[in-house]
Amino acid sequence: MMPIGHYLFLSLALFLIGAVGVVTRRNVIIVLMSIELILNAVNINLVAFSRYFGDVAGQVFALFIIADAAAEATVGLGIIIAFFRNRETLLADEMDLLKW
Amino acid sequence: MSSPGYFLSHLWLIPLFPLASATIMFFFGRRMSKESVNLFCVGSVFLSFLHALGAVLKLLYLPASERVYQQIIFRWVTPGAMPTSTGIVNFVADWGYLLDPLSCVMIIVVTFVGFLIHVYSIGYMAHEGGYYRFFGYLNLFLFAMLTLVLANNLLLLFVGWEVAGLCSYLLIGFYFLKKSAADAGKKAFIVNSIGDAGFLLGLLLVAVTFGTVRFTSQGLTDPAAVPAILQSLAALVGQPQFTYGAPVFTAIALLLFVGAAGKSSQIPLYVWLPDAMEGPTPVSALIHAATMVTAGVYLIARMSAIYQLAPVAMDVVAIIGAATAIFAATMAVVQTDINKVLAYSTISQLGCMFLALGVGAFAAGIFHLMTHAFFKALLFLGAGSVIQSLSGEQDTRKMGGLRYAIPATSVPFVIATLAITGVPGFSGFFSKYEILGHAFNRHQMLDRYLALCAVGIITAGLTAFYMFRLLFETFYGLSRVSIQLEGHIHESPKSMTVPLMILAFFSIVSGWFALPILWGEESPFERFLETSLRGVETDTGAITFGRHTLLAEYALMAAFVAVVGLGFWLARKLYLDHPKLHTQLAASWPRLHNLLFHKYYVDEIYDALFVNRIKDLSTALGFFDSKVIDGLGVDGAGWLARFFSRIFMWWDKWVVDALVNLFGRFPKFLSMPVRMFQSGVFSTYAVFILIGLAVLLGYYGHHVQTFVRTLH
Repeated sequence: MMPIGHYLFLSLALFLIGAVGVVTRRNVIIVLMSIELILNAVNINLVAFSRYFGDVAGQVFALFIIADAAAEATVGLGIIIAFFRNRETLLADEMDLLKW
Repeated sequence: MSSPGYFLSHLWLIPLFPLASATIMFFFGRRMSKESVNLFCVGSVFLSFLHALGAVLKLLYLPASERVYQQIIFRWVTPGAMPTSTGIVNFVADWGYLLDPLSCVMIIVVTFVGFLIHVYSIGYMAHEGGYYRFFGYLNLFLFAMLTLVLANNLLLLFVGWEVAGLCSYLLIGFYFLKKSAADAGKKAFIVNSIGDAGFLLGLLLVAVTFGTVRFTSQGLTDPAAVPAILQSLAALVGQPQFTYGAPVFTAIALLLFVGAAGKSSQIPLYVWLPDAMEGPTPVSALIHAATMVTAGVYLIARMSAIYQLAPVAMDVVAIIGAATAIFAATMAVVQTDINKVLAYSTISQLGCMFLALGVGAFAAGIFHLMTHAFFKALLFLGAGSVIQSLSGEQDTRKMGGLRYAIPATSVPFVIATLAITGVPGFSGFFSKYEILGHAFNRHQMLDRYLALCAVGIITAGLTAFYMFRLLFETFYGLSRVSIQLEGHIHESPKSMTVPLMILAFFSIVSGWFALPILWGEESPFERFLETSLRGVETDTGAITFGRHTLLAEYALMAAFVAVVGLGFWLARKLYLDHPKLHTQLAASWPRLHNLLFHKYYVDEIYDALFVNRIKDLSTALGFFDSKVIDGLGVDGAGWLARFFSRIFMWWDKWVVDALVNLFGRFPKFLSMPVRMFQSGVFSTYAVFILIGLAVLLGYYGHHVQTFVRTLH
């Protein structure tokens, strides 16, 4: 069995790629994709620890998160399309309506 | 008096019928067909005529001394204390009607001639716009005129007087899109207003002198309830201030005469009547010949009791009347517009009526009023028929020989001409002779009445001359009608010619009431009117007429007829036998002809003396208004307001608002660092989250380290 450290490093790498993507990319769709990466990093972590501790609850959580990610992608893309129709842009730094 | 019967007790219906119809026209006339307009308007006048006829016949059956019927409809002016010459009295005025011989004559003339003219108008106005408007105005006018002649007090008479004036204005300006018509209406109204001011002052003087405006208390069930002019006068006469010729009587009489002169177009207020011919011809016939313009004559006859006590005013009336009669007649001689000739003729005849009133022959004046109403209405309607048959041509120089083309118009016109000129047997002969005879008989006492009589005879000669001239130019001789019109000459419809024939009949016979004067007896017409015109008994100065021998009367009659004959002969020579002669005559006296043709330049003189002066005054006032009131007053106040508001605005902006802004900016300034975090861009928030995560990791990092170590 592979030591758990490898999984954790993979998860950490995946998380960092996603986090950097969320912070630096301007296109909202790519930001959304980066969030998927972060979620998957979490999934790997959960599954790895589930296996390590022999507790199945972590894998159940991972399944929940996959469903949640699908829902989140749907809603997120819907918001993006509605937003694009109004503002004709996909650039994150032009989305400053939350300020008001 | 026994029970008054239907017609007398329904006296109030007589003015009500035309008023009701006029009201219907006002509200619904626009949507009505011509047939229903005819039904209402002509029908209402016919009903009025029937009721008037019934009431008059009923009155005639009563003994002469009881021929007064008075009806109070309602109390109009409620009692109020008023100081008068005899102390404080309660002043009241009723809306009430008085039927006595004088108003009998008037209502018959008004309703009968009015009805015929309504019928005539059906034909005359058939192709005109505003059909219902025309008939509505005519009906309103008849209501006003009937109120005027039936009124039992001076105040109600004044109401009728003014409404009639209003209708006159509306009907003169009937074609109001034409400037000359609108101007003529205005002129009539303004000139009449000058007279009305005099009337109103006279009315007020009557009210404060007698404490009442009711004419008489005869014919009332309770005569003492409200005093009346006639009875107060009888009680007052003889007291120091109310002797024969007292100033107050003269003042009342002269003021009322100013009103009468305006309405009946006497010098100097006659200028509106010729211009009034701008209205449709039936209007000229009804209002400006037969009825409204005679209201002045009626007023003076109605107030005759006061006039009989004011000899100076009587002389003024007589002299003005005589002057107007001859002055207007000379102007009529050279006019070439058929309606204008008739207008000046009307002024001249009204002058004759005032001459009669002025010499004290009130009944003769009213008699002439009646006969004149018939033949002058006929002349105007005939002229209207001629004008319509010539498609609008009014210039007598472009007529001639029409008697063959339109016989049904020309025969009545000839009869009317014979009547107005005073050819023996026709009505005008009797009424004019009555006037001349009374002036002649007064002369026994004073020579000036002989001069008035002479003026009357000369006027009669002039009248004969211009009327026969008009007749010959229009209906006789060779045709001078333009070739385009020649083929279109057409006789008027039956609705126009039948009234002409009926009026022609009355133009002959209406004079026969006075037939007994031919053998030196009193005229029955005069005896009939005596109830109304008797006045009050006085010791001195009551008007009496002497009696010449029958031979002298016949001599006067012969002189009158001879002068009329002379006028006829001259007109025949100048206009029929030698048609070129009158133009040569005019050419040889160009100045005289011009003077007459331009109506003595009176309009120009009035313009220069009054109209333009008033315009100057209005210009000056307008200048004052725009410069001083508008400039200094209104604009100055506006400038001040703006000046102060500018100061206040500065204060508001830089002090009040600035304070408010200061309080607003303070929290804004304090909140600045907090606000910096909320950029609204979610990427920034993500950065904050990561920073937070890093801080957490840094803080709890050793726990993670120990945890990771346990994994191996």
